[in-house]
Amino acid sequence: MIDFEIAPLTKEIVQTIETFGRSFSRKKARYYDEYEHEHEGLKPDEIKAVQEYQLGILKKMQESKKDREKPSLSGVITGEARSWGDQALLSGAVRMGLGNAAINAVATDDQKKRFGRLFAAMAITEPCCGSDTASIQTTAKLDEATNEWIINGEKIFVTSGHKCEAVVVWASLDRSKGRPAIKSFVVEKTRPGCTVTKLEKKLGIRASDTAAIVLEDCRIPYDNILGTPEIQEKKGGFRGVMATFDATRPGVAASAVGIAKAALDFTKEKLEAEGYTFPYDRGIHSLSAVQRDMMDMEANLDTARLLIWRAAALMDQRQRNSKEASMAKAKAGRSATLVCQKCVLLMGPLGYSREWLLEKWMRDCKITDLYEGTGQINTLIVARQILGFSRDQLK
Amino acid sequence: MAEFTLDEEQQQIQDMMRKFAQNELRQIARDCDEEDKLPPELLNKVWELGFTHNAIEEKYGGYELGRSAVTSAIAVEELAWGDVSLAIACLAPMTMMVPILEFGTDEQKEEWLPKFCGESFYAATSALMEPRVTFDPVALQTTVEMSGDSLILNGKKCMVPLADQAEQILVYATTAKGAGPASVEAIIVDRDTPGLEVGQREKNMGLKPLPLFPVTFTNCEVPKDRRVGGDRGINYMRLLNLSRANLCAMAVGVARASNEYAIGYAKERVAFGEPIASRQAIAFMLAESAIEVDGMRLLAWRAAWRLDRHEDATRDAALAKMYCAEQAMKVVDYGVQILGGHGYIREHPVEMWFRNGRGFATMEGLAIG
Repeated sequence: MIDFEIAPLTKEIVQTIETFGRSFSRKKARYYDEYEHEHEGLKPDEIKAVQEYQLGILKKMQESKKDREKPSLSGVITGEARSWGDQALLSGAVRMGLGNAAINAVATDDQKKRFGRLFAAMAITEPCCGSDTASIQTTAKLDEATNEWIINGEKIFVTSGHKCEAVVVWASLDRSKGRPAIKSFVVEKTRPGCTVTKLEKKLGIRASDTAAIVLEDCRIPYDNILGTPEIQEKKGGFRGVMATFDATRPGVAASAVGIAKAALDFTKEKLEAEGYTFPYDRGIHSLSAVQRDMMDMEANLDTARLLIWRAAALMDQRQRNSKEASMAKAKAGRSATLVCQKCVLLMGPLGYSREWLLEKWMRDCKITDLYEGTGQINTLIVARQILGFSRDQLK
Repeated sequence: MAEFTLDEEQQQIQDMMRKFAQNELRQIARDCDEEDKLPPELLNKVWELGFTHNAIEEKYGGYELGRSAVTSAIAVEELAWGDVSLAIACLAPMTMMVPILEFGTDEQKEEWLPKFCGESFYAATSALMEPRVTFDPVALQTTVEMSGDSLILNGKKCMVPLADQAEQILVYATTAKGAGPASVEAIIVDRDTPGLEVGQREKNMGLKPLPLFPVTFTNCEVPKDRRVGGDRGINYMRLLNLSRANLCAMAVGVARASNEYAIGYAKERVAFGEPIASRQAIAFMLAESAIEVDGMRLLAWRAAWRLDRHEDATRDAALAKMYCAEQAMKVVDYGVQILGGHGYIREHPVEMWFRNGRGFATMEGLAIG
């Protein structure tokens, strides 16, 4: 069936999220942006407000399980609303990182017990390698005497690397064996040899900390490996870690659309206050450039959103969605970025000013076309999928 | 809850239409384009697919299988994938049927709907476009005046499908220029009415197998009962939106055809020692096109879905039309580009889809589901 209806409960939750976004996140957003590293944490009463808000949503969700979309779809819908308020502000407060997604995907029951309550970040990128994840240099060596893994390497661009309690680290068991030897390991931050060495200064999403983490002879128990330690020469090994991206890309794409929608809503409001109208029933010759731009931006964002929903719906159906997830991410990342940039343009000198959040949203949005696979990498993945080409056939 | 999978019935319809498109449309498309030809027997072949019969209640002679803009979009995408010109030609009667189904008085339904349920093709069409560079479907210049028991039509229409053979033409005209959609009426006119003149067949960049005509109305007098909906009239925006949803679906079909073909070509064509599909510049054009084909389809479906719920689909249909027209053009342009010089020759179909693809921005009202 083809259906675009959102469950009433989801709509309610979105409303709650948007209200909180307006009343809380947006009020604090500028402060966290201006004082990237010097900001003080949330005060106790603010933390309480956040917790109450989150509990409220949880309660709502438990109230009526039947009126909801399945988890992935409702996740991207509510995720968009969260980013509409502010992309980064509550990322720490939510206490869920990309590392948690990886853990949830493959953890054993025992691991879920041990790691389930930890706020886990994901550490893949290194100074040498971002897009080229297969070339990472961090190693994991088994100490058979103590049955521990010894991790050595340097990770950069770890989102929430400072706030998190554990990091899921991609490391190689044997660099000569390439992709199949790359595995994920859960490293609790308290382990000796795991050090946060740097906090980045960024263009945007400054409320989210981005850290460099050095692992120097860092020892972790054998059972901290996620998935099997076997190096499976055939497909499977690397595919497993890559599959988590199929799960996370729609979410990141949704955050892109959320930020851009914030910019678009804001811009439309300001222009309407100046007497501009945005009719949908005119021929193109009667549309002003601004009206045309608005339609263009709306159409692109709506398209991105629907591609995201489709990718999420496939996940809920437990079907492979690599192509669709990458389509959504590529489209959303690029469209959202352009929408934000155009909105700043349309708002003249005030759009450029730090008095309004608009310029911040443009800076925040840019990352969405970069992390979780750049737009180019995601386009490459789509290309390989539609061509049926391997990495060797299409670089 | 939001869902994007075809149900069993929709899947069957899609399969059937795809097969028809492959077997009946693709085979003849190039020749028909070269010769501006519409094979008459094709009209009956499509007629037998039952687009009109299925939509009409049994009491008027139809199969009463229900109407859905979404299902129509699914079916029409396949036919357009086959050949959009032939598809529009064969579906022209729908453009007169749907307004009557939606807004006709009981007497009008009794009089006209049975004609769409016969065994052979009933040549009917509609006239909406007007020959002006600034044409805006919401600002029609063809007028209809009430005069006693008659309606008087004046104005010029263009891009009227099958006007030379249609028995009836449903004409969109305004009771007051500049008064917007609420002033638009749909009038059923017999082709041989005095004051109606079908001009010379149009020569367009694309859609060449589709016979399109200018039609001029000079004090063309028509009985009052030919006003669809009588005094209640029509909801013009709804009809325009229905048309847009269908046109978008067709745009998806053409774009999909082009990208599929380009993908096949790029995998075979070798340059600099490997298939050109192995080069990012080409691969990225193909990938972007694939993303846009899927994106266009979702926008088109959303507009259709809203129409099926009888909600105001103006925003969704307008955004979809604008977006699909633009992206379809981009995709078919890439199609020619990827084939290089060969894409420019009237042998591979991509140049034909390029010419047809530009039509979506222009066309309004040429397809109603």
